[in-house]
Amino acid sequence: MAEAKEPNPEFTRKVVEAGGKTVNLCFQCGTCTGSCPSGRQTAFRVRKVVRRAQLGFEEDVLPSDDLWLCTTCYTCYERCPRGVEIVDIIMALRNMAVRKGYMAEPHRKVAELISKTGHLVSLRDEDKALRKKLGLLETPPTVFSDPKALEEVKKISALCGFDKLVTGGK
Amino acid sequence: MTKYAFFLGCIMPLRYPGIESSTRQVLESLGVELEDMKGASCCPAPGVMRSFDQMYWMSVGARNLAIAERMGMDILTICNGCFDTLFEVAHKLNHDPELRKKVNKILKDATGMEYNGTVNVRHFVELIYKDIGVEAVRAKAKGGKNLKAAVHYGCHFLKPSNIKKIDDAERPHVFDDIVEAAGMTSVPYKDKGTCCGAGGGVRARTPDVALKMTKENLDNMKAAGAEVIVDCCPFCHLQYDVGQMQLKEYHTPVLHLSQLLGLAFGMDKEKLGLEVHQTKVNL
Repeated sequence: MAEAKEPNPEFTRKVVEAGGKTVNLCFQCGTCTGSCPSGRQTAFRVRKVVRRAQLGFEEDVLPSDDLWLCTTCYTCYERCPRGVEIVDIIMALRNMAVRKGYMAEPHRKVAELISKTGHLVSLRDEDKALRKKLGLLETPPTVFSDPKALEEVKKISALCGFDKLVTGGK
Repeated sequence: MTKYAFFLGCIMPLRYPGIESSTRQVLESLGVELEDMKGASCCPAPGVMRSFDQMYWMSVGARNLAIAERMGMDILTICNGCFDTLFEVAHKLNHDPELRKKVNKILKDATGMEYNGTVNVRHFVELIYKDIGVEAVRAKAKGGKNLKAAVHYGCHFLKPSNIKKIDDAERPHVFDDIVEAAGMTSVPYKDKGTCCGAGGGVRARTPDVALKMTKENLDNMKAAGAEVIVDCCPFCHLQYDVGQMQLKEYHTPVLHLSQLLGLAFGMDKEKLGLEVHQTKVNL
């Protein structure tokens, strides 16, 4: 028989501090899992993620792929009879996972794009051509057309240590 | 004329610029003036970027809010993701003075600006419903076709509803009312209100899972006889438009509300940018 794991209140406290302040209110009714569109297609069970966070099972929750199957649709958050802010808990856990180096390659690429360009989508020649045809400015009047503005966004990235998260440089 | 700071975001101006030109034309005809937010960036996206680092997410969001504040205007967005980030960041900073101090320190060091909490963040759909009214839409929508529309609210327009307070998150009506005022019939369908599948970084990391969610919604829309899908978010728009092409056996045209209103108001079809849609729009 597998040995029961010891709860780790220290980790739970960190989750609360990172923004999951309602984690201890959960009484495991499963309304969240029953409402979850992602769980309908996969083995993702949001109730279990909350339980693991509550018990402080860091090693079960932070490296887990499940953590990244939530679309942040807020259906569980809306329906929770205990007012558990489930999406905020998922966000807190994901932030902690990323700090530990758990970031999937496609996500790292997305983060790299915003780090370099200030946008999550690239500006291609065909986009410029279509914008022109529609009577819009060829280059959107955003950081794309203002290098000084882009520098500001990059500075924020450096001040938050976000640039290091992206490159994996810890 | 009411004036708003127009927040562009990423997907609209770069992948569906027709939504941008439609929004500009439709709002002008409804008496709303838009001014560009020069130097704005990604909102940043509430799914992926907030998942990675909330302090970065809030600080870049606060920079965008500060740009509008400097313009002395409220923000208008046509995207649920941008709406969620800008609305939530403004809400957090307005209600947590300690957090505002922290974020403003980063913002000031990086940009010289601070955010003082004076900007309201508005979504295209609720702006039309509350400030312009469905009757004004009805009066202009002379060219509206009566098609069966599957209205897709997406997630972050109404939710979290405890802070957004726009409509009932389980049984909303504001978006359907506008679509019907534009001449269409909004059909009820199973599990209406379910996520398109793309959010939260799921489309980027596990596109197959995202597509399964999309397929279930498409099946439910099809079963209800939907002839067109109407969305109010470029990311949901992309997921349904590209998703149907990937799934192959689905061909229901996808319109953002701005494009639907453009058609109904009799605007030049060429300026609605429908030719970049991967699922053909022949309406």
